[in-house]
Amino acid sequence: MSMLRLAPNARHRVELNVNGAARCGFAEPRLLLCDFLRHELQAYGVHVGCEHGVCGACTILVEGRAMRSCTQYAVQADGTHITTVEGLSGSGTLNPLQNAFLRHHALQCGFCTPGILISATHFLRENPHPREAEVRDMLSGHICRCTGYAAIVEAILDAASTIEQGAG
Amino acid sequence: MKPVAFEYCRPETVFEAAGVLGQCREDAAVLAGGMTLGPMLNLRIMRPRVVIDVTRIRGLDLIDVRGDAVATGATLVQADAFRSDMLRREVPLLALALPWVGHFQTRNRGTLGGSVAHADPSAEIPLCLVVGDGAVVLRSKRRERRVRAREFFLGALTTARRPDELVVAIEWQRAAPDAGHAFEEIAQRHGDFAIAAAACQIRIDDSGRIAALALGLGGVENRPVAVETSGFLGRAADEDTTAEIAEHAVQSVVAMEDHVADARFRLALSRELIRRVMPRAIGDARLRRERLQ
Repeated sequence: MSMLRLAPNARHRVELNVNGAARCGFAEPRLLLCDFLRHELQAYGVHVGCEHGVCGACTILVEGRAMRSCTQYAVQADGTHITTVEGLSGSGTLNPLQNAFLRHHALQCGFCTPGILISATHFLRENPHPREAEVRDMLSGHICRCTGYAAIVEAILDAASTIEQGAG
Repeated sequence: MKPVAFEYCRPETVFEAAGVLGQCREDAAVLAGGMTLGPMLNLRIMRPRVVIDVTRIRGLDLIDVRGDAVATGATLVQADAFRSDMLRREVPLLALALPWVGHFQTRNRGTLGGSVAHADPSAEIPLCLVVGDGAVVLRSKRRERRVRAREFFLGALTTARRPDELVVAIEWQRAAPDAGHAFEEIAQRHGDFAIAAAACQIRIDDSGRIAALALGLGGVENRPVAVETSGFLGRAADEDTTAEIAEHAVQSVVAMEDHVADARFRLALSRELIRRVMPRAIGDARLRRERLQ
């Protein structure tokens, strides 16, 4: 079998699953996955902040795991399953985590929010009964310049207990 | 903030990867999780002509026992290493250090091999490898060779890897069942680069004396260093000895200076960190001995 080699300065077909739907688009090898999701696939909930893996705004789920989409390239994502913030709940509805963010005023400008919701989704699945310190540790991978984080921590802890009661 | 145009290669075998790396050498960058290479490409600190994505090479992320060593494949993801009961049991120091590596979101993609190949002076995984006296397995098109970690890290972002060699695995010595471990670092924020980090592995004999000791500092010199501690074997594993070892360690390293900390501050942090990790490792070793008896 010959190795896949994709030429620079040419656009290559990328097929993947985004939020449960089969999608495809075209990307040069150097196109960041976050830019591909936004500009080719119109997933504008993927926010692009620092573009070097620090701020966390572009965090998405790849095969169910929260990770940056600015430090990987679209061509790497061929064949993967991706969830962006658009895929966390049905159209026009909020899931228990999003509801908790609403109740606790856990966002102001909202730029960091999609990434944090994605991280918290994976985090709560792995750790359904987190301590506050664990939530803060997970949140250290995101930068929020509005809230001071306290409301976000409260929202995630609240969501954990709501999800546990099945009240969502 | 966007990389230069590059050719993208996605080998499916180590043989293919070594082949293309052998052709392109310095013009190629090997991409695994991209937690360090991604930023360097995006910031154009690196401008490779070819990027070789090794993440789809089957079997390169496996953990297997080879005699006295546990080998972890180069593309083993940090979060998966942390979840491995076998690694936790056989290489406890690594399990203690992994929560300090980056953030939840970067550990879900970052790899052990990537961290070792990149060789940031403050990186936790290289420090553990040096303290545990492990090795790095390198493969070129022609041959495979093992380099002791203590000879692999040459300086900041500089290793003994040759341009045509691929890091394929890391070999960790299996810890003795009675060995105690501790790891701690100080950074401006949790998950940031460590200003200083300390790792300790120790065994205590029946009379409470030090039977074996490995102690290392990260982020202090331009590479992770193992402190020469053979002079302290046979000494009582107590507070006085710990204080002496901390002094000795601080005397034996040459600390870096940068925008975050000057050399004096780094040494002060090193002394403090050794005073924290040594009692914890000693306590862990005592507990393990009791459980074994």
